[in-house]
Amino acid sequence: MLWPLFFLVTAIHAELCQPADAENAFKVRLSIKTALGDKAYAWDTNEEYLFKAMVAFSMRKVPNRETTEISHVLLCNVTQRVSFWFVVTDPSKKYTLPAMEVQSAIRMSRNRINNAFFLNDQTLEFLKIPSTLAPPSDPAVPIWIIVFGVIFCIVIVAITVLILSGIRQHRRNNDGPSEVEDAEDKCETTITVENGIPCDPLDTKDGCLNDAFVTEGERLTPL
Amino acid sequence: MACTMGPEPFAEDSSDERPKWDNKFQYLLSCIGFAVGLGNIWRFPYLCQTYGGGAFLIPYFIALVFEGIPLFHIEIAIGQRLRRGSVGVWKAISPYLGGVGLGCFTVSFLVSLYYNTILVWVLWYFLNSFQDPLPWSTCPLDLNRTGFVEECQSSSAVSYFWYRQTLNTTADINDSGFVQWRLLLCLAACWVIVYLCVIRGIESTGKVVYFTALFPYLVLTVFLIRGSTLPGATEGLIYLFTPNIRVLQNPRVWLDAATQIFFSLSLAFGGHIAFASYNPPRNDCEKDAVTIALVNSMTSLYASIAVFSVVGFKATNDYGHCQDRNILSLINTFDLPDQSVSRDDYPAVLAHLNATQPARVAQLHLRSCRLEDFLDKSASGTGLAFIVFTEAIIHMPGAPVWAVLFFGMLFSLGLSTMLGIMEGIITPLLDLGVVPRSVPKEALTGVACLVCFVSALCFSLQSGNYWLEIFDNYAASLNLIIFAFFEVIGVVYVYGMKRFCDDVEWMTGRRPGLYWQVTWKLIGPLMLLFIFVAYIVILAQKPPSYRAWNPQYEHFPSHQEKLYPGWVQATCMLLSFLPSLWVPAVALAQLLTRRRRQKQQGVRPQLQDGHAC
Repeated sequence: MLWPLFFLVTAIHAELCQPADAENAFKVRLSIKTALGDKAYAWDTNEEYLFKAMVAFSMRKVPNRETTEISHVLLCNVTQRVSFWFVVTDPSKKYTLPAMEVQSAIRMSRNRINNAFFLNDQTLEFLKIPSTLAPPSDPAVPIWIIVFGVIFCIVIVAITVLILSGIRQHRRNNDGPSEVEDAEDKCETTITVENGIPCDPLDTKDGCLNDAFVTEGERLTPL
Repeated sequence: MACTMGPEPFAEDSSDERPKWDNKFQYLLSCIGFAVGLGNIWRFPYLCQTYGGGAFLIPYFIALVFEGIPLFHIEIAIGQRLRRGSVGVWKAISPYLGGVGLGCFTVSFLVSLYYNTILVWVLWYFLNSFQDPLPWSTCPLDLNRTGFVEECQSSSAVSYFWYRQTLNTTADINDSGFVQWRLLLCLAACWVIVYLCVIRGIESTGKVVYFTALFPYLVLTVFLIRGSTLPGATEGLIYLFTPNIRVLQNPRVWLDAATQIFFSLSLAFGGHIAFASYNPPRNDCEKDAVTIALVNSMTSLYASIAVFSVVGFKATNDYGHCQDRNILSLINTFDLPDQSVSRDDYPAVLAHLNATQPARVAQLHLRSCRLEDFLDKSASGTGLAFIVFTEAIIHMPGAPVWAVLFFGMLFSLGLSTMLGIMEGIITPLLDLGVVPRSVPKEALTGVACLVCFVSALCFSLQSGNYWLEIFDNYAASLNLIIFAFFEVIGVVYVYGMKRFCDDVEWMTGRRPGLYWQVTWKLIGPLMLLFIFVAYIVILAQKPPSYRAWNPQYEHFPSHQEKLYPGWVQATCMLLSFLPSLWVPAVALAQLLTRRRRQKQQGVRPQLQDGHAC
């Protein structure tokens, strides 16, 4: 007696979960080997159960849908690729929930669903549901401005140092010639001292008078 | 038996000593730094690849031996002998040739404007390389964060970063847009850096070149080592160097080889004359010329090996991605298990599926992936550096480090060339005596850099890169060839071959042999004439056009080919010929002043005779 009921249920199930053309059905594609490599797990009915549980969990977060059960989520057409279609039915199991509701529910809990399977947005694809992309980390001050500021300051400091040292050298060159003249004057006024007797420098303006010649001439030869 | 008495002494500036290099090595590094520039990295490998790989080296070395080295020797010999910048040298050789010097000065000024703008772009990328992940590795998100920005999605993250986030380019050259404040900041920084390096003339330049000339070689070596370990490097190198001898029948190859040598050595800018003028008079300029020219060519080869290892890696990477995309398409459509088809199995699986379900396979529109197609996607110029290479760097482990090294290398290469160009501007200003002696050199160089900075503001507009292309194509090429031609003719025929050979013998101790005399007298001028005529023919063949980046274009991301509007074409013509007009203008002015002076002298003796009592 239960058999007709069973056939009815599966017939309804098959009717509700129709791939491709059904507007409330979503295709899911998993790439487990790509994501996990050697640690990939096999996709079996237990994993499907977990998937149904995650979808039911996401639907429960939507207001008015807190009573969604795992049995309300139907999977079909599971392939070797690991891809399948799913629909979410209402509690009476007569019709499927509108796509917009399911979509927004999945989007809100996308991260939880991904984490349950160790996958990410690219390896666990919901084909009609666009994923919210994470914005790139934007620091308050872009990094390039910081590096620019550092380089610019170093260069400006270097230029200032060079200009200042150039000005200082310029001033020293201007003072230079007058310093040289003072030194020459000092040389002229030094008096050499030998044996305690000061010698007159040879380049005095007047010649040296040799007294011996002058006096003898006058004494010896009077005319 | 060198003459102990020097050649006729020219009026030396004996009032103050001419600055000189601290040592010979500084001079060599400055010249090498000036000659080795961005073109060695991004033009030579492209030419090598386009013109049949290893076969291109034949016309290249022929041009080097018969055109490059002789012209280069002439430049540094007259600079060293006459000990003046370009303007002073030509006025000293013959007052009628003074226009050549002024023309070189003008071309140096124009080139400094756009060359430093390229450095601005390099600096911008350098500043942005200090983050992980690199900003050009991903597209920015669109407004509701469900996807990427449309323009970026259709082209690529790297192109988007270049055309939108760096240049913010407009779709048409008529549309100038606004000044980009980011580029303006970097422009200010670049000119301040250049000012720091030339602030005291060769006193400061000589110290800076130790770094700017040697650092690129270090980085090239590092890239060579790294590149050779990357997968796909050998494919790139094989593709680059496989010779295709038949390509030598195309005359365009010879023209490009000759122009590449000419521009690569930075001839006729006046910079080499300026550098050589600070040398001691008795210096072996012949050895210097050969050394510097050979180092320049060897650097080109070395750089192309490094560049092509990385480009080969990128091509292999792209080829792998292409195959993976096809495999994923197949797997998704035919629901095959994940990762069940490897790259090697792909052809067999595709054939099998094509045989069993051809309709579905046809619907997939699978792209055929060939490694040669990816290797062929070569680029030169800014395309190589800012698009191809940046994309390759993203895929290398430790990407920010490589980006910093690469753009640091480009910056120092460009900076060392800028120093030579600035010498070609500043030394003539100093020699002409435009400013009184009391004005310090720092002020003169500061004003020169400021004038250049203000003039270069037009390149930081949104249409800046279109204008840069115009300057690159028209401002330098024809004018430099004309000036080089007049240089050779002026030295060989006006100054006199015998006198010049005597000078060289006095400086180096050896008289220039037959090779030098033949190339100076005959082959050099002929080759320059040939290049000049060929250039004009090629320019005249089709109306000048440019490739615009237009997101609204139907075949976006391909560039849209547009013709230059009339006023831009007029600007191109002006740029091509205006600097050369200095030559006839100065010659004419000299002629008129001479005639006037002769008339005055003719009148005075008559008066004396009349009143002779």
